[in-house]
Amino acid sequence: MSQHGATAHSHGVPIQTRSERPKSTSISDFPEIQKTEEIWRYVPLEKLRGLDAEVIGEIKEEEIEVKLSDSITSRWIDSSSQLVGSAGIPEDRVSAVAWTNASKTLVIDVPANNESSEPQLIRVSPNSTDAKALHILITLGNHSKATMVLDHTGVGTLGENVEIVLGDGAELNFVTLQEWSVGSTHVSTQFAKLGRSSRLKHIVVSMGGDLVRVVPAVKLDSPGAEVNMFGVYLADTGNYFEHRPYVDHIAENCVSNVAYKGALKGAGAHTVWVGDVLIRESAVGTDTYELNRNLLLVDGARADSVPNLEIETGKIAGAGHASASGRFDDLQLFYLMARGIDEGTAKQLVVRGFLNEIIQKIEIPDVEQRLIGAIEAELEGVGN
Amino acid sequence: MATLEIKNLHVSVITDQGNKQILKGIDLTIRSGEIHAIMGPNGSGKSTLAYSIAGHPKYEVTEGEILLDGEDVLEMSVDERARAGLFLAMQYPVEVPGVSVSNFLRTAKTAISGEAPKLREWVGDLKTAMSNLRMDSDFTERNVNEGFSGGEKKRHEILQLELLKPKIAVLDETDSGLDVDALRIVSEGVNRAHKDNNLGVVLITHYTRILNYIKPDYVHVFVNGKLAEQGGAELAERLENEGYDRYLKASA
Repeated sequence: MSQHGATAHSHGVPIQTRSERPKSTSISDFPEIQKTEEIWRYVPLEKLRGLDAEVIGEIKEEEIEVKLSDSITSRWIDSSSQLVGSAGIPEDRVSAVAWTNASKTLVIDVPANNESSEPQLIRVSPNSTDAKALHILITLGNHSKATMVLDHTGVGTLGENVEIVLGDGAELNFVTLQEWSVGSTHVSTQFAKLGRSSRLKHIVVSMGGDLVRVVPAVKLDSPGAEVNMFGVYLADTGNYFEHRPYVDHIAENCVSNVAYKGALKGAGAHTVWVGDVLIRESAVGTDTYELNRNLLLVDGARADSVPNLEIETGKIAGAGHASASGRFDDLQLFYLMARGIDEGTAKQLVVRGFLNEIIQKIEIPDVEQRLIGAIEAELEGVGN
Repeated sequence: MATLEIKNLHVSVITDQGNKQILKGIDLTIRSGEIHAIMGPNGSGKSTLAYSIAGHPKYEVTEGEILLDGEDVLEMSVDERARAGLFLAMQYPVEVPGVSVSNFLRTAKTAISGEAPKLREWVGDLKTAMSNLRMDSDFTERNVNEGFSGGEKKRHEILQLELLKPKIAVLDETDSGLDVDALRIVSEGVNRAHKDNNLGVVLITHYTRILNYIKPDYVHVFVNGKLAEQGGAELAERLENEGYDRYLKASA
């Protein structure tokens, strides 16, 4: 794929299919952001805080903590390197702005055949609220196995591109945590390209931030690859969380499973989930399922949920989607309260149970415990 | 010694099409240690009585009283009723995804007793109660009622009855959908709770089958929201032979 592809499309025609969206690393190929564009229609644009400007700053080495096992290496390379862009290139303006403004790229290399169960940690904590760009490239050599946590904390305005490249037979458990404090904006585009028979587990956890938008796009262009994309979020007053997972089935016999669950606990909280799955004509034997569920704990919160499934071949193993947003189930509450459990505790149980289904997929004890603790703290007082 | 008094109870069910009156003046008194069977044809108001005692939000008491040892039950929230000593074994237990049986039972026990049970004692009690009900030990790791068979759901209800030790329990068609073995196991559980805790039992059933295992002191027949007849265990035998036709003709 060329580094600087041109916008493919004629003007004024609405984009119909996911694969025909313009792709480019150049900001000028994308118009100024407008609400009329589908991809920006929900976003509170005033909270972008400059991430769509032509020139923004850049995250520096000292704002990132990297903790890796001995066999796994990290280095900063010049973003003009041929390596950059191996997993994908931007499909929207904010991603292109981050791409162009990150002059250096942080590369994490897992050597071929290297297996480690220890979680590798990349923690991003910006030292100011200036709009900044960051580019990370994670590569796993053939038949390697790794677990990685990309954690975002503190207060910041971050435009981020993350590339994940899995070699043949490689396995990665990847978690991106958005634990921002009030006053933060984060737009992260994450591209993954999977080698033959490789497996990616991609988990998005969004707990804080005024605007958090994560767009994980997974390209399945080698046969037999499998991706599981999970997401869990808890949105309070002042939070806007948007998740747009995209799976592009190109090769034969690939499997994808997408499941996001969120709870909204404060008035004004807004979450958006748009799940795109494209099964191309070549993707014979595809098996895919996507699901999003939202639980609204209060009046005045809003959850948008849009599953999109495009199928260009009938020769598939399975394809389905489900989406539902609802309030507390009165019958569940009645059942728990009929056993003496007070309303507040009953609601906590139900919410924790609801989110737990995803949390237990993380399979990193430290992260799970921290998350459960954070959720419990957040749910204090719900229902009272 | 506990007494549950139901006086002149009128109850409507709240539906999208408006309220519909189901119970039209019920009087019943249940004391600790007594077993009352409530029988009647479908739609006679048996389950409505069960839900009204427990405080289900879809049922509205329009007239009458429910008192537990003189305390006004209708003034209590659902959880307060349970903590006061009332228990409803549900006909259709509700799934609670992501909440394990173990976590649920411990939370409920803590709520009822007002303090967390001592771990060693609790684990022992749980193990004994489960083995009595022929439940596998890995049952506690499953999510509440999720994927349970009909028999498992009812056993899980009786497990709660035995562990939470209420004063008065209402069993709403606990026998429905059970095969003979499961019916026997579940009935043994009810009899244990009755004997060990001097439990007062309101046994709601459409069929007399369960009364072969749980012997009622009193039998009440509900027809069209009213008590049509009351008697002892012999009344159940008569219903076994004659069915409900006699009452339905009379009320028609």
